[in-house]
Amino acid sequence: MIYVVIVYLWAAILLYILMGGADFGAGIIELFTSKRNKQHTRNTMYRAIAPIWEANHMWLIIAIVVLFVGFPDIYTTISTHLHIPLVIMLFGIIARGTAFTFRNYDAVVDNMQKVYNKIFVYSSFITPFFLGVIAASAVSGKIDPDAHDFLSAYIFSWLNWFSVAVGFFTVAICGFLAAIFIIGETDDELNRKRFIRKAKQMNLAAVVFGALVFIAAHSEGIPLDTWLFGNAVGIIAITAATLSLILLWFLLLKKGKLIIIRVLAGFQVTMILLAITLRHYPNIVIMKGGRYLSLMEHAGQERAIYSLGMALLLGSIFILPALFYLLYSFNKNYNK
Amino acid sequence: MNDFIAARSQMGLSLGFHIVFSCIGMVMPFFMAVAHFYWLRTNNIVYKNITKAWSKGVAIFFATGAVSGTVLSFELGLLWPEFMKHAGPIFGMPFSLEGTAFFIEAIALGFFLYGWDRFNKWFHWVTGVVVGVSGLISGILVVAANAWMNSPAGFDFIDGQYLNIDPIKAMFNDAWFSQALHMCIAAFSATGFAVAGIHALMILKKKNVYFHMQSFRIAAVFACVAAVLQPLSGDISAKDVGKRQPAKLAAMEAHFHTEAAAPLIIGGIPDEKTREVKYALKIPGLLSFMLHEDFTTPVDGLDKIPLENQPPVAITHYAFQIMVGLGMIMLLIAVCYFIAILKKKSWLRSQWLLRLFVIATPMGFIAVEAGWTVTEVGRQPWIINGIMRTADAVTPMPGIVYSFYIFTAMYISLSLIVTFLLYRQIKMVGNIYDVSPSSKNQAI
Ligand code: HDD
Ligand code: HEM
Ligand code: HEM
Repeated sequence: MIYVVIVYLWAAILLYILMGGADFGAGIIELFTSKRNKQHTRNTMYRAIAPIWEANHMWLIIAIVVLFVGFPDIYTTISTHLHIPLVIMLFGIIARGTAFTFRNYDAVVDNMQKVYNKIFVYSSFITPFFLGVIAASAVSGKIDPDAHDFLSAYIFSWLNWFSVAVGFFTVAICGFLAAIFIIGETDDELNRKRFIRKAKQMNLAAVVFGALVFIAAHSEGIPLDTWLFGNAVGIIAITAATLSLILLWFLLLKKGKLIIIRVLAGFQVTMILLAITLRHYPNIVIMKGGRYLSLMEHAGQERAIYSLGMALLLGSIFILPALFYLLYSFNKNYNK
Repeated sequence: MNDFIAARSQMGLSLGFHIVFSCIGMVMPFFMAVAHFYWLRTNNIVYKNITKAWSKGVAIFFATGAVSGTVLSFELGLLWPEFMKHAGPIFGMPFSLEGTAFFIEAIALGFFLYGWDRFNKWFHWVTGVVVGVSGLISGILVVAANAWMNSPAGFDFIDGQYLNIDPIKAMFNDAWFSQALHMCIAAFSATGFAVAGIHALMILKKKNVYFHMQSFRIAAVFACVAAVLQPLSGDISAKDVGKRQPAKLAAMEAHFHTEAAAPLIIGGIPDEKTREVKYALKIPGLLSFMLHEDFTTPVDGLDKIPLENQPPVAITHYAFQIMVGLGMIMLLIAVCYFIAILKKKSWLRSQWLLRLFVIATPMGFIAVEAGWTVTEVGRQPWIINGIMRTADAVTPMPGIVYSFYIFTAMYISLSLIVTFLLYRQIKMVGNIYDVSPSSKNQAI
């Protein structure tokens, strides 16, 4: 049963990056869109995202619940030592979700819209940035469970170049996913071109920040390269990601089929996550001095894992068909 | 303020904020389903307008409820890591099931809000009902988790270790039923009175009277049925608390001394130093009767509880009095309303009945907040009743005071914005929809 739970945890994280990421990305793209095109971008994205954003957001909740029910030590270590970035991320989530809804449901359209828009775009940037920071800090070996002074226990656990670089990388990935997603939702050729261009820019940004992540890892003494290239699976996954990247660019230039482009983009992100997580599986938190928290050794008692797994399996029977139908219906309707 | 008090205040604030939105999220879908049903059956356009107007308000509340709930699931770990480390696997069952309920709710909400004229009309109606049902289920589940903190079950506590975990038993602990029942009814009465009160005010102001009258009726019926059931379920809760948490009961009643023929103490100012209640109305023997159905059976007072295990008496007592007092007022209003619809139709057109509903607008929610204060403050000093102290569960991170200030500022600004948006929605009703009675038969 523990494997079922781990697979669900991983899938929830992946789906949150893919779907929630596209969701965040929408705001990021808006942030980097020229004034002239902003309104149009906004409308297109609203139509594409409004019906599904609440559901996208649920993957995060699932991941958190799996962590605190199944792996309480991991949940509490992260939430103690990464308290500050978590709180900032929470503020981002609150600001984003409410601003997004408020701007669409305000009965009067006036200057308040500007306020909502500002809040929405900036929090769309901050939230995935800190998500990246948190993920990076969990594996960076900077968390020191024995530290007693404030700075080393609660600040340096996450404030370093590696985490910051991963934060920017996450933002770029989100923007990229959103652009790819929205290409299919536009109704005219001009906008199609615009979003294709955005997708390329975001992808380029992701590659640049990806390189920065390696440099930062090197300077912080984090053996990222051996994690990624030290074993066969890592190499295969990274190669697959690179190949799909090349293919993707080719298709974007050639106006390839939409569905293939989307699948490729998703595949690429999946491979990156796979490469990173598989290397030190089952350890998901790596702390100072090479200590770690492992999904196997730090799992909760058997009965807890068992009922968690059952709850997840049972839930999927209800959720997955409904979710597919939701995505399918609203996609179909826009693409006519 | 020290960090420990700040952490408790921040938790209470976040939950107190969330509960308002979750009550609305649980109950409004049912109101909308009724209006929507009338629309599908009668083709009276006003019901479609009501459904749409409500659903716009609800979308705002849903989003705020969803993000504040997300904050809570992190906050449990951010503020109470020691608690979550041990409790997570035990009381996690309702949370893992709740994930499913929320997910279904979010999916159904997507269909409902954006599915007008897109799907088969009955399919669309059903998605609205699904939103309500899954909201209610998730409310029941999360209250079951809270009930476990009051009445821990499903594990053996041996030498500080939590062994032989049984998550199913933990979920169906002794307190879950009485708490979940009471909470569901409370959600209906709080939301019902709030909605009915707002529409009653608009009727009194003579704005779009036909539209507001129909909305008022739907909300008022729900509210009044709930208000009648509330004291009955409250009685079950009180008996239950008496059995499992005598300290909480004694604090609720400000019952300092164990007595045979214990009096029911109404109102008054409890003094925790002198252990007396001043200026209270005391009805001899009634407390004994309410708990044991016998006027002379003794009821344990706070003197039976070691001082370090006693909850704050004054807050718990005041909160309890507020809840019960408001419950009684709402019961009276409900009785008037039933007399009006069954016997005296003329009352329905009179102003005073509507005025009563206007006055009652915030009462349900105040009672909900007061009720939770009773439950949570009355459990102190325990976070898991009799097992773990709240003080031992708090995060070691210093500076929680600042985090409390920031969260407070955020919740205040969110409340202001939501109120402002709601005000705008209501003001615009006349402009967005054609709500005159003459349009009544023009549908389709
Ligand atoms: C509309 C709101 C409302 C109203 C009118 C009442 N209550 Fe209540 N009460 C709640 C809303 C509430 C609540 C907020 O929903 C609580 C908090 C925890 C819970 O399960 O329900 C609660 C808790 C609560 C508890 C503590 C339960 C526990 O700790 O497990 C008791 C003993 C009562 N109530 C009793 C009553 C009585 C005798 C009432 C008589 C009129 C009453 N309540 C009216
Ligand atoms: C939504 C309705 C709820 C409200 C308004 C509420 C209110 C409060 C308040 C006022 C406190 C502070 C008590 C004190 O320290 O004196 C508190 C504490 C707490 N509550 Fe609740 N509560 C609610 C539901 C829940 C639920 C469903 C859970 C858990 C599953 C929960 C878990 C906690 C925890 C962990 C604490 C901190 C520890 C403690 O003070 O005992 N609460 N809550
Ligand atoms: C008695 C207390 C509570 C009740 C009745 C309640 C009920 C609800 C309901 C009905 C929703 C659906 C959203 C909405 O309708 O606005 C919701 C949202 C949520 N609640 Fe609560 N809740 C309570 C306390 C808690 C606590 C203590 C937690 C965390 C541990 C929590 C976590 C969540 C989460 C994560 C969501 C977001 C789900 C989404 O995105 O749809 N809730 N809550």
